[in-house]
Amino acid sequence: MRFITWATDPWGKHVPTHAAWDLIWAAVIAALAFMIVHAIYVALVAGPKIFKKNELPQSKEAAIPERVQRHSLAARLFHWIMAASMFTLLFTAFLPKVGVQFNWVLYHWIAGVVLTVSIVFHIFHSFFMDPWSIWPDGIDIRDAMRRTLRFMGKPAPPPERFAKYPLENKFYHLVIVLSSLAVIVTGLFMMKRIQTVIFTRNPYLFSDMTWGLMYVLHGLAGIGLIALVMMHVYMGIRPEKLPITKSMIFGWMSRDFYLEEHDPERWVVKQSTGKKRGYAASDAD
Amino acid sequence: MAVFRDVMPAFHLLQPSSAAEAQRLLEENGGEAWVMAGGLDSFDWLKDRIKKPGMLVDLSGVDELKGIRTTGDGVEIGAMTTLTEIVNHPAIKKDYSLLSDAVSVVASPQIRNQGTLGGNVSQDVRCWYYRGGWPCYRAGGNICYADTPVGRNREHAIFGADRCVAVHPSDSAPALIALDAKFVVQTPKGERVIDAEDYFVGPEIDITRINMLEPGYLLTALRIPATWAGAKFYFEKVRDRNVWDFPLMNVASALKVSGGTISAARIAVSAVAPKPMRLRNVEAAIAGKPANAETGMMAGKMAVEGAVPLQFNAYKIPLMRNLVKRAIAGTEEAA
Repeated sequence: MRFITWATDPWGKHVPTHAAWDLIWAAVIAALAFMIVHAIYVALVAGPKIFKKNELPQSKEAAIPERVQRHSLAARLFHWIMAASMFTLLFTAFLPKVGVQFNWVLYHWIAGVVLTVSIVFHIFHSFFMDPWSIWPDGIDIRDAMRRTLRFMGKPAPPPERFAKYPLENKFYHLVIVLSSLAVIVTGLFMMKRIQTVIFTRNPYLFSDMTWGLMYVLHGLAGIGLIALVMMHVYMGIRPEKLPITKSMIFGWMSRDFYLEEHDPERWVVKQSTGKKRGYAASDAD
Repeated sequence: MAVFRDVMPAFHLLQPSSAAEAQRLLEENGGEAWVMAGGLDSFDWLKDRIKKPGMLVDLSGVDELKGIRTTGDGVEIGAMTTLTEIVNHPAIKKDYSLLSDAVSVVASPQIRNQGTLGGNVSQDVRCWYYRGGWPCYRAGGNICYADTPVGRNREHAIFGADRCVAVHPSDSAPALIALDAKFVVQTPKGERVIDAEDYFVGPEIDITRINMLEPGYLLTALRIPATWAGAKFYFEKVRDRNVWDFPLMNVASALKVSGGTISAARIAVSAVAPKPMRLRNVEAAIAGKPANAETGMMAGKMAVEGAVPLQFNAYKIPLMRNLVKRAIAGTEEAA
């Protein structure tokens, strides 16, 4: 299987032109394989989650309200706008490649602009929250090693409960950041090659080789996003993850789920100053 | 890039004797198969060694695709009917002279003897960057060489450009659209009858194709309904030289005129956009108006609204304005 398509430019140079579109199917198959293996693992192999005993003082535990706010309205709006634009980008990019023909370029770049703007907002917005809550820390790495050792049957202390986000969430975010940055940066440059109301067209901005590599990177990152988005949707609808998914819709998760999976020392919730009873706010999104 | 204009690349030559066999061969071989009608477009590609199909399906032995038949509702022209036969056919000349006028100015007499109607409407674009084997959008690459500040684009599009700015080169296509022709296509799922204007595909939909034919599809016939038989027709082709040339632009119109007033109209132009362009807004605007220079002038102005010229083809805007004017008012009235 080829990963890249090549062509000879008018100056006789061998230049890349695109990612090989057969990789679309490789990404879909890889995502489906992951889902099947994961579902089998959770159903047949994985036992109940074991965490280190909760050492939270009774008084602090009692102070935790019934509803723990996880995502602010702005964060949820960003997530769903990003999701809509991501789906639009993936469908407009890849449906024509598998035979569904329509006027895709216009919708694709508009969705790309929406995604770009929403991510710029997200970056600025995160500085008003807790920007580090989504990045892996030392405890995450230590606990990942502990979980791995315990999975292999070797002695290791039980891991801590999660902070606001489990480590797999944090890694997923990291991969999404990298792949999204790749498609956005290359995509913005690629808009210089088509007629839009935003940029003046200039196809000579880079050499054929640079343009080719940009198209390849855009394509490969886009194909990678097919698998990533499929896995994200799968995780979002898994029964044990539904409280997290619901929190992205309604903004909060239940006290029980919070205490079961999250460490109140690592993810400190603040009592809401609002009038709604039993509602606590997080300073992170 | 080096282009070897020498011997053709090797391919399997398949010569079916029936349309059903031809369609089956196309279906079996999918994207590997290349359909050849008169061969005038095909041999360019093959001898330049730019297209290298594994199979070539030669339709020249399929007699059922040839000939012109009058039906209860117009005429049916086999896709393999030569252009010369169409020019000389009495029923076409009598009732659908728009088509014979258009076909009579295709290329040269020799080419019209060999070229077919199906081939003429299905031929590929004539952009030299694309034809030269450069990796442009239409060839599967990621650039349009014609739409650059120094690209040679005198013959290219002023409408409908979407990354690719090549124009549709057919002379018969706008006439067939104006006559409300239907294209009969055999597909793996059965026969489809398509309006002429829907046969053509623009780059915004699929940049690597110029018509709706997919692997396994075969254009078998073109039906012209009697609806526009005997209407007032006008066809004009503008080209750099008077024989053996592709159009810089052409216009075809069919008007139903009663007492000097246009009751219905169909107008199409080619070589202004990546696919032949029907001027629906103009058709609607001139209905009920007199077929004179004033209406033609209004129509011409309306026709060029939204045109986006490239570096070297701004002349196409006044050219189109005047051709549309003449298509409505005629050459004498419009002068």
